[in-house]
Amino acid sequence: MTRRVVITGAGTVNPLAADVPGTLAAMAAGRVAIGPLEMPDLDRLSIRIGAAVQGWDGSVHLGRQELALMDRAVQFAVDSARQAVAQAGLEGPQGERAGVILGTGAGGQTTQDDSYRAFYGEGKSRVHPFTVPRLMPNAAAAHLAMRHGLKGPAFTVSSACASANHAMGLAFQMVRSGAADVMLTGAADATLSPGGIKAWEGLRVLSQDGCRPFCATRKGLVLGEGAAVFVFEDRARALARGARVLAEVAGFGMTSDASDIVLPDPDGAARAMRAALADAVLSPGAVDYINAHGTGTAANDRSEARAIGMVFGEGAPPVSSTKAMHGHLLGASGAVELLACLMALQEGVIAPTMGWRQADPDIALDVIPNEARRARVDAALSNAFAFGGMNACLALIRA
Amino acid sequence: MDGTRVNADDDLDQQVIAILAAQALRAPADLSRAMTLQDLGIDSLGLAEVIFAIEEGFDVSVPFNANAPGEGGLDLRTVGAVCDAVEALVRARQP
Repeated sequence: MTRRVVITGAGTVNPLAADVPGTLAAMAAGRVAIGPLEMPDLDRLSIRIGAAVQGWDGSVHLGRQELALMDRAVQFAVDSARQAVAQAGLEGPQGERAGVILGTGAGGQTTQDDSYRAFYGEGKSRVHPFTVPRLMPNAAAAHLAMRHGLKGPAFTVSSACASANHAMGLAFQMVRSGAADVMLTGAADATLSPGGIKAWEGLRVLSQDGCRPFCATRKGLVLGEGAAVFVFEDRARALARGARVLAEVAGFGMTSDASDIVLPDPDGAARAMRAALADAVLSPGAVDYINAHGTGTAANDRSEARAIGMVFGEGAPPVSSTKAMHGHLLGASGAVELLACLMALQEGVIAPTMGWRQADPDIALDVIPNEARRARVDAALSNAFAFGGMNACLALIRA
Repeated sequence: MDGTRVNADDDLDQQVIAILAAQALRAPADLSRAMTLQDLGIDSLGLAEVIFAIEEGFDVSVPFNANAPGEGGLDLRTVGAVCDAVEALVRARQP
């Protein structure tokens, strides 16, 4: 018999809050965490807004030695995992049947930026001795494995803005296939450094005045940072140990556009959504909510709306993009957005698309503008469509 | 991008055309003001490179957002329009 996979723990550090209850409350209230950035060389940036994690103090849960080894993104991941593991009621080393798959778009971007500012910019002749273990993209997964004794499969996937969904999809498949009984999974990114923003500026897709997905007045995406980590567990094992089930992961679909390095192709997105639904044995009509990739760029939003139309026809369920609130967390986006799906499934509250002002004739969707909505949600779909034409969609059902 | 270095004594239009021609892998003489960037096969990524070359070459900042291409009166659709836009930006830069 095929194993079923449930979520028994969730944790997060993101611009809305440094825990899950705070994040869900902010999403339900439509709070926007985008604001002016503070960082060195701000005067040399043309984009000066973002969604930063405010007041982050890694030393609350981490010692000096640990902090010395961890990039900002890794700290977010470690704290998210601490929360998720505590909620799941897992204690001590989890052993050989436990693993971790995390996503990241950029790895230790802050470490890279700081190091090379010191070396090239400030003329220093050395960088911190732990620069390599801090910036390596698999650092977060390694720290989670060490801290929670995860001795089974452990690695990191990187597929730009779909990294989180690819990571969680693979973790789901591993638990379902029996390769592991429990997996920590999610993603982390922290790219709000001058170098990170400067790189994005060049593509001319960043907005200077907020993120308004699916709105005719949208001006592009707004960068954010953060992490979310979940405990994916064999349902029978979770029930046997009396764990509280937050939701069931029912299906995963991934496809490649194989067409353009930055422009999305609706066909690839539609095929990924269809694949997730087929994997979950759900008909399109059974889906009550779609958490969109919804970056707020003209290219994504039009393509995604078309793809949803291809899969769902006239009867598309409500669609919202929470990026208007927490910004685009790049590789970590799908992980924080899965929290919006959990809220919809568990609490019957669909997070809104904030910032929406005016209908775009190219987008015939109910985007839940500006105010959360109560609705019974039995099945939800979470979309992630990355640069490189890599698409990853997760289907979840109510526990 | 080779062949896009800007010399102070070059005519501004010729400098802009050199940038566009290099991006389009064409000879500058083959370009005319009426040609669209689309005619030249310059797509959205190509335009990002063109803007980079213009900003580096002329020490200006081109206020272009791919999500709102026509915003702020900036027209970059044709070779002539790009030349005019750069001329305006260079003029605005000079006191």
